[in-house]
Amino acid sequence: MRIDGKGRIDRTRPVTFRFDGRAYAGYKGDTLASALIANDVRVVGRSFKYHRPRGILTAGSEEPNALVEIVGPANQTPNTRATVQELFEGLAARSQNRWPSLRYDALEINDLAALFLSAGFYYKTFMWPRRFWEGLYEPLIRRAAGLGSLSGRHDEGVYEKAWAHCDLLVIGAGPAGLMAALVAGRAGADVILADESSEPGGRLLSDDGEIDGAHATDWVARVLAELASLPNVRLMTRTTVTGAYDDGTYGALERVGLHRSPRPNLPRECFWRIVAKRTVLAAGALERSVAFEDNDRPGVMLASALPSYLNRYGVVPARRVALFANNDSARSTARSLMAAGVEVVAIIDSREDAPDEPGIALHKGAQVIRARGRMGLREIMVRAGGREFRVEAECLGVSGGWNPSVHLTCHLNGRPRWSDALAAFVPVEGAVPGMLVAGAANGSFSTHGCLAAGAEAARASLAALGVAAGAVELPQAEDAPYQIAPLWAVPGKGRAWLDLANDVTVKDVALAAQEGFRSVEHMKRYTTQGMAPDQGKNSNVAALAVLADATGRGIAETGITTFRPPYAPVSIAAMGAGGRGMGFAPQRILTSDQASRDRGAPMVEAGLWYRPGYFPKPGETTWREACDREVMMVRCSVGVTDVSTLGKIEIQGPDAGRFLDFVYTNTFSTLPVGKVRYGLMLREDGHVLDDGTCARLGDQHWLMTTTTAAAGLVMRHLDFVHQAFCADWQVRFASVTESWAQFAVAGPLARDLVTSALGHAPDLPFMGCAPVVVQGVAARLFRISFSGEEGYELAVPTRYGEALFRDLTARAETMGGGLYGMEALNVLRIEKGFITHAEIHGRTTAFDIGMEKMVSGKKDCIGKVAATRAGLVGPEREQMVGLMPLTGSVLTAGAHLFAQGADLVRENATGYVTSVGYSPTLHSHLALGFLKNGRARHGETVRLVDRLRGVDVLCTVTDPVFHDPKGEKLRA
Amino acid sequence: MRLTCPLCGPRDRREFYYYGAAEYLNRPAPDAAPEAWDDHLHNRDNPAGLVQDLWYHEQGCCSWLKVTRNTVTHEIVTVEPVAGGAA
Ligand SMILES: [Zn+2]
Repeated sequence: MRIDGKGRIDRTRPVTFRFDGRAYAGYKGDTLASALIANDVRVVGRSFKYHRPRGILTAGSEEPNALVEIVGPANQTPNTRATVQELFEGLAARSQNRWPSLRYDALEINDLAALFLSAGFYYKTFMWPRRFWEGLYEPLIRRAAGLGSLSGRHDEGVYEKAWAHCDLLVIGAGPAGLMAALVAGRAGADVILADESSEPGGRLLSDDGEIDGAHATDWVARVLAELASLPNVRLMTRTTVTGAYDDGTYGALERVGLHRSPRPNLPRECFWRIVAKRTVLAAGALERSVAFEDNDRPGVMLASALPSYLNRYGVVPARRVALFANNDSARSTARSLMAAGVEVVAIIDSREDAPDEPGIALHKGAQVIRARGRMGLREIMVRAGGREFRVEAECLGVSGGWNPSVHLTCHLNGRPRWSDALAAFVPVEGAVPGMLVAGAANGSFSTHGCLAAGAEAARASLAALGVAAGAVELPQAEDAPYQIAPLWAVPGKGRAWLDLANDVTVKDVALAAQEGFRSVEHMKRYTTQGMAPDQGKNSNVAALAVLADATGRGIAETGITTFRPPYAPVSIAAMGAGGRGMGFAPQRILTSDQASRDRGAPMVEAGLWYRPGYFPKPGETTWREACDREVMMVRCSVGVTDVSTLGKIEIQGPDAGRFLDFVYTNTFSTLPVGKVRYGLMLREDGHVLDDGTCARLGDQHWLMTTTTAAAGLVMRHLDFVHQAFCADWQVRFASVTESWAQFAVAGPLARDLVTSALGHAPDLPFMGCAPVVVQGVAARLFRISFSGEEGYELAVPTRYGEALFRDLTARAETMGGGLYGMEALNVLRIEKGFITHAEIHGRTTAFDIGMEKMVSGKKDCIGKVAATRAGLVGPEREQMVGLMPLTGSVLTAGAHLFAQGADLVRENATGYVTSVGYSPTLHSHLALGFLKNGRARHGETVRLVDRLRGVDVLCTVTDPVFHDPKGEKLRA
Repeated sequence: MRLTCPLCGPRDRREFYYYGAAEYLNRPAPDAAPEAWDDHLHNRDNPAGLVQDLWYHEQGCCSWLKVTRNTVTHEIVTVEPVAGGAA
């Protein structure tokens, strides 16, 4: 219910929302949880395993119960914490893990079958018969146990990712964080202050505390105003720092649009990577509960959540509230509630020596032994001094003490230290390099302690950066000591919950210990405690205390499981922002792209490039028809294709030739200016790295081409060889792949086409190159061929690429030629036995592809020594061959080669197929492949088998060059 | 993980390409024994502690860098260019 005059909500802005189909009213500034409490909705979900009705436990991101599905027009987000979800007009939420409705849930029967569903039931109940697991048990368990459901559709929401850098990252904007940001901000440091909540202030917004004699929120407002006036301070609200990584890198998730009505292009979330020179962790502490029978009933909450709901949202869950605590912190909760007119019927304090609290029914040395009220708390049973009695209350606030939020300090393998005084784990110093922990996160629970620690942590962080922070006067605030007597579980017969999110009880942990799972890591996995979306924030410490008790050890000795990133759930969509669909990888687009698409060419991916597969003509119904036509066009008249995707590296300097001799197997330094040479590059381990041509444009000026696939690899390799082995040589390289558009013109009429384009005959010998002018543009002309026909490649600066492509296309078509695509290009090169990375796939040597004579004996080169080592040459090697089917069958790449008559088992495979295509020139399917001792076996018949695609064909082994083996057409 | 490139300053590891052990800098002479080449190419230790390996600032200055780092603590001890003496 709503309390007049309380809360930080905007009562002038009512908001309507729906929960499970029903309309409710709330205010701007509400969370879904506070609005549900305002509307007296007590049951908000069903539990994971037993389907028990559950209510709201907390007021923060650690909420284990109130997980709902948010249903948007384009999204359905499961497991959203109602305590974090802010209200907006039209918000629609749905409860989870219930059928048919929240009130009547068919699987509540699980609760009665609890005996069979205890710890380890997955491993026990469903083991036999084994074959039932996949078909029956697993689907059943999956349907019965679980949380929210996905929509089954793509998440079409907009997400972002971003980087930020700062001198000091302050995590948490409570008293410690605000003070740290203020000190660092005034000192001029570049500060990011990240806070999980919609509004900075931390517990100061929830508790009725005072700073400098006025309400603490006044101080918060003053500090925020000053921080806002400092250009060197960035405040990031709704931003949860989720992980600490090496070298001051932090992950953080910002809720950008989740608190607003969806609109196009409004990002839902942004995943930040924040790089900080220093960090102050001021993440506060989380209150923990105490286990007792049926402590999961709706209405049983954390004590500290009550003042949060009252003072931030102006709501209370009930008129009559009881409190159960083992420390002093529930006292201020009681005073806060009473001041707002809420009846505090009792404080049950487990400590015999608890301080008095005038005006409240205080039961010292007492324990709550049971909660009653299946769909909402009605009463609690209390045991005090051997006497048991009932207390009627609709809400019970429980405080079992506070756990400092040490999570981020553990992400780089830090182990927190057990403090007997605090009955909690506290961070160890230096757990994350560059990070200091301040305030409640470090076990300082008073407001004064937080303010002082925040200021000191900022000062120390800046000092490490060589920045002196001026004196900052500490404001006056309470400095009460923290007094606690540990109480984890109230003894009793019934089920007492530790992990509400995964339905793990005290008995489950005890059973795990009894069955030998005594290590905390084993207990966790056996009971699933701590493995739900809250990652054990509400239950880890209590569970291991129960385990310690069950195994007769201390808590420090028992140890704690490892906190890993993320601190709070992170949507994969946010981490992968921008990576959906075409965002998966950059696209490299040819200058001829539009011209190719205009002609209906389907584009195929070649690395990051998009290249035309073929150019269909009217009447052609299959790609093969187009491909065959394009091959014959190149063989009989002239074809044009865009080859700009090949890597192009300019190499200059007096030592360029010498350097090329070192990276290529063959000699380049002797190549005359105006000539091009084919070259082969090896890796140092003797295998082929890449092949391509290299043209000498001037005395000290070369242009290397690489294959499309290996352009980046070769650049890296050249840089390595130069910097590692001959950095003093005068040679420099630059990639110019993007700078030049280059088109191949091939076929018997190629020379005519080039003549027409240039306005004069090219006058170039085979493997010649020259600067030319094409229609007023300085261009480069190379006479090289990847088709076996007379061929030229004409390169112009990229900005002229599309115009030249369209011009060459038009000229080719008037001559009876035209465009050809990747499919035809591939067939043309297979007919000629030219290799691509299908053949030089990283495991083949120069010997294997028949190019060992290209490894010069006169000089050293990268890979030369290893290329000759035993095992990389000789008849045992699989050597490149051509394959032609005896009948007209289709061949497939990836097929294996067997001797005729051999059993078709892996051991008998003597080779494999790398490239295939149908040759309209030879009217046959052709293949290139590797066959053991293949060069000595030309003319033999082998069996080509592809069991995946059902191909089994006898083939003749041939020379890889099927067409024009003497190369007469090339040199014509 | 971040590396401080001697030319570009501190950068995220996404800008770098990892190659392998710094042993690749010690190229044997062409007539060295096969065992020397075998060691150079293939044989590596896998220590828990300090290692030296090669990184390429591919999305930066294209420097090849010799990085000394600790596989246990993740500390980056030094980052030096391989050109200029490291070989
Ligand atoms: Zn660099």
